[in-house]
Amino acid sequence: MSETKMARLHDVEKYFVKGSQKVHVLNELELTINQGDFLALMGPSGSGKTTLLNLLGGLDRPSSGSVEVLGQRIDKLSNSALAKWRARHIGFVFQFYNLMPVLSAQRNVELPLLLTGLSSSGRKKNARIALSIVGLEDRASHSPNELSGGQQQRVAIARAIVSDPDLLLCDEPTGDLDRETADEILELLQTLNREHGKTIVMVTHDPRAADHANEIHVLDKGRLNSQAVSTP
Amino acid sequence: MKYAYYIWKNLTRKKARTILTLLSIFIAFILFGLLGALNQAFNAGADIAGANRLLTIHKISLVNTLPVNYVARIDQIEGVKEVTHATWFGGYYQEVRNQFAQFPVDATSYFEVYPELILEEEQKSAWLQNRTGAVIGEKLATRFDWKLGDRIPVIASIYTHSGGQRPWEFDIEGIVTATDSRTDTSFMLFHYDYFDEARDFGKGEVGWIGFSVENPENAVSIAKRIDEMFANSPAETKTSTEKAFIESFAKQFGDIGLITKLILTAVFFTMLLVTGNTMAQTVRERLHELAVLKTIGFSDIKMLFWVLGESVVLAVIGGGVALFIDFGLVEAVAVQVSAYLPGLSLTPAIAIQGMALAILFGILAGLFPALQAMRLSIADALARG
Repeated sequence: MSETKMARLHDVEKYFVKGSQKVHVLNELELTINQGDFLALMGPSGSGKTTLLNLLGGLDRPSSGSVEVLGQRIDKLSNSALAKWRARHIGFVFQFYNLMPVLSAQRNVELPLLLTGLSSSGRKKNARIALSIVGLEDRASHSPNELSGGQQQRVAIARAIVSDPDLLLCDEPTGDLDRETADEILELLQTLNREHGKTIVMVTHDPRAADHANEIHVLDKGRLNSQAVSTP
Repeated sequence: MKYAYYIWKNLTRKKARTILTLLSIFIAFILFGLLGALNQAFNAGADIAGANRLLTIHKISLVNTLPVNYVARIDQIEGVKEVTHATWFGGYYQEVRNQFAQFPVDATSYFEVYPELILEEEQKSAWLQNRTGAVIGEKLATRFDWKLGDRIPVIASIYTHSGGQRPWEFDIEGIVTATDSRTDTSFMLFHYDYFDEARDFGKGEVGWIGFSVENPENAVSIAKRIDEMFANSPAETKTSTEKAFIESFAKQFGDIGLITKLILTAVFFTMLLVTGNTMAQTVRERLHELAVLKTIGFSDIKMLFWVLGESVVLAVIGGGVALFIDFGLVEAVAVQVSAYLPGLSLTPAIAIQGMALAILFGILAGLFPALQAMRLSIADALARG
């Protein structure tokens, strides 16, 4: 069975100019991600993991090379087109959850749906479904400061999946959690990958977290040094 | 509208700061309403002055009087339609603080030159038949609770009654209303013939002559002709349109329009800095959150309008509440100063201007923070954490 391509980065270079010097973050990077992959990106701090994630999510543009996601050269899109594209295709999960503290869990999850044509009741219904997927339906009216770290991350995952994106990008999703909670979050991501068919790219420092992915790539000094390691 | 809830939640996240900012906007718009009403009161006469109406006064000042025979001479000039006259009586009711305007006039011609004043025919004929009768404006009737048939003593400050007596007594025969709500109706009119006969001094003199012309386009030439006619006489005249006269009269107190504009500019500029700084601070504190919203898919333009929305809602609430309260406040002040400043009211036009200003204020205060949110680099903001 042939695998459908989700994303392809070709000859990607990313550098920042500091004074008269170019500081390279990513070098001649080649990466292909297939639909349904659960890919872990590992590497030391400053190796370019988050930059690579940002390029995949259209939050940043490469200095050279191409970034193609779902058959579209996203590095060529305008800012407004990129924003619309992100809203339709990408879900983000951050290390520190990044929930809006003044909103309830329900309202936080509804945020991406403001960009759709859904009615208020439609938004409520979809947010409820997303919260039930992450097991937090009964915490819908709670504000973030009334939730534990793990619960906040689940709300963040619900927000990321509520508009049914094709690609979930997770930046150290367990970096702020204890082992037990981290495992719960990783199992949730696995469920989303296996049962809901979500393609996931996860940046992590933690080898145990990476073990939950079915492919591991290691970045070092802006290069993908090692071959992908497939996990069972 | 779907953003209203989110805008409101952001505005109320730091309640003390929001309340203080709202208060500063509130005070600016309270001032706007009060000063707007004041400005309007000074200019209302000019705004509603008939375009075809002129006034002739003594060339030296309004205080100096003119011979009554000028009325007939002006009436004979070609193009003049109706002529009447009035004199400032300058009395008060019971106590000095109860000042109001009283004018001895020619009862018949006065209402022809000032058709915006309405007096029922029945009351008018009763007044014409009563030498000591007077008609009063409805605002004056309300102020002192005077009714038809009441006998009112008015203490003269200038014109004493024959024999040096200061009180004059009048029977109220009619209540005058006006076609335009901005027209002042806090005056008393009584018969010039009775006044002229009974007064101790100044007989045969009138304060000013008001007249209408057939064609407003001829107003300037007719004014010039009248002043030339009385040139080199003991009582030279100065004739101008009613609008010009009222404007120059109002300017004796200073250019109220300019003064109110200067005060409001200073107040609004200061408040703009305060609100702008508050908005900038709230956006600075939320850069990370705004970056997350952009990550989710909110475009640069949506972020611009989101922040502007917060600023405009803040200004509209502060300004709207202030203008609402201004209606009651101006009404309360108007009762206190009606003797000196009739026509003080907050018109719907001022309130609409105020609301438009509130929206503009909100846009200006939120513009720079909104641009900052719009231009925010997601990667940089997320990296800063």
